[in-house]
Amino acid sequence: MKSFNFHSIKSVKEAQKLASGKSVYLAGGMTTIPAMKHGLASYSDIIDIKNIKDLSGIKVSSKSIRIGAITKHAEVASSKEVRKSISSLALLADGIGDAQVRNRGTIGGSIANNDPTADYPSACLALNATIHTSNRKIHANKFFKDMFETALKKGELIETVEFQIPTKSSYEKFPSPASLYAMVGVYVAKYKSEVIVAVTGAQSVVYRCKEIENALNSNFSASAIDGVKIKSSGLNSDIHASSDYRAHLIKVLAKKAVTGCK
Amino acid sequence: MQRVSLVINGNKVSREIEDRTLLSSLLRDILSLTGTHVGCDTSQCGACVVLVDGKSVKSCTLFAADIDGSKIITIEGLANNGKLHPIQEALKKHHGLQCGFCTPGMVMSVVDLLKNKKNPSDQEIRDWLKGNICRCTGYQNIVAAVKEAASKM
Ligand SMILES: Cc1cc2nc3c(=O)[nH]c(=O)nc-3n(C[C@H](O)[C@H](O)[C@H](O)COP(=O)(O)OP(=O)(O)OC[C@H]3O[C@@H](n4cnc5c(N)ncnc54)[C@H](O)[C@@H]3O)c2cc1C
Ligand code: FES
Ligand code: FES
Repeated sequence: MKSFNFHSIKSVKEAQKLASGKSVYLAGGMTTIPAMKHGLASYSDIIDIKNIKDLSGIKVSSKSIRIGAITKHAEVASSKEVRKSISSLALLADGIGDAQVRNRGTIGGSIANNDPTADYPSACLALNATIHTSNRKIHANKFFKDMFETALKKGELIETVEFQIPTKSSYEKFPSPASLYAMVGVYVAKYKSEVIVAVTGAQSVVYRCKEIENALNSNFSASAIDGVKIKSSGLNSDIHASSDYRAHLIKVLAKKAVTGCK
Repeated sequence: MQRVSLVINGNKVSREIEDRTLLSSLLRDILSLTGTHVGCDTSQCGACVVLVDGKSVKSCTLFAADIDGSKIITIEGLANNGKLHPIQEALKKHHGLQCGFCTPGMVMSVVDLLKNKKNPSDQEIRDWLKGNICRCTGYQNIVAAVKEAASKM
């Protein structure tokens, strides 16, 4: 690994002052460090953001849950507040990678990285999340641009992620046995006014599946999904699964999610 | 360079290290604590798991400078006056290891599990050990050993 300067800082201001074209923010490091070891990325400065107090903590109101960017997956998984208000979100966090990844990986890092097979991006779309950054608020619909690409500008820091509490919701993931990431994951959230169905792992970036949303908006039941046609064109096809198989998984997982909605 | 001070297996350690030093290299290459293994170096296999402030983490995916001031327990810190830790004892009894390469990480991961779950089910043990890959045993005897260790702790 190429050498760099490690900076541990305490405020968002300090972070932004240090940020440059050759720096990177470090949260859990579960993506950044392997990428650096492989020589896929190198930086002159690593800015550790885990000691910035403003980026930590979980706050619940009657309508939403706000999770600090440096909150670890294990903390979301075991949070009583999250379990009570959006249990599917706690379960999603509990199913990310393995125990040691959950002890280090953070929600901010996961969202900023926007891996096409990551779990949290689907939660952001399905739970109408607002991403609060050092500069502005970004709705999840406008945040996830493309594979590993987000609306974040250079040096912009995610501070908190705010999820709207649904009436019921559920997340179902078919994990790749090797990487533990989602081969396909489907998040279903029912609100008074609409049903949202977010799919991860199936395309180059997380997306809302309008076909299933339409079916569930008129009849919220697993059987309503039977008649939906999911086109396999445009879906990922790789050594793990063909696009046809992924199209099939989307329906299977969506039905499971609807049945499991709490 | 950074000065990093840690308490490792109860001993205070302070070293001037390069910023890019991973915890696994600090332990193995600088402090000669070679019980912590490096299997994949890509954050997948879990051979390098140690406890940092009580939580199991992959030491190959952690800069030592990141955890300045922390308390670390490695496999070398488990046995007490020559008496094996219950999970080490149970793995030995149940043939939960063959080549032993995965074992230090496996043991440290189980220590973390049993701190939080007194009597884990087979499924809970298998779920928890997803990040610990063993190429020899087929896991069956590891799960049996974890169950026995749980009952003795
Ligand atoms: C073996 C393994 C299995 C995994 N399995 C899964 C899985 O099943 N599902 C899944 O979803 N994920 C999985 N992951 C990914 C993991 O969950 C991490 O969340 C993810 O790697 C990034 O989070 P991090 O905190 O480690 O970020 P880092 O690696 O520290 O950072 C990643 C990127 O995000 C940027 N960043 C971090 N925080 C912020 C912030 N607050 N504001 C702006 N930018 C920021 C960094 O600069 C960097 O570019 C797995 C990882 C490993 C190693
Ligand atoms: S050596 Fe760290 S996970 Fe394999
Ligand atoms: S005993 Fe050989 S890898 Fe586990």
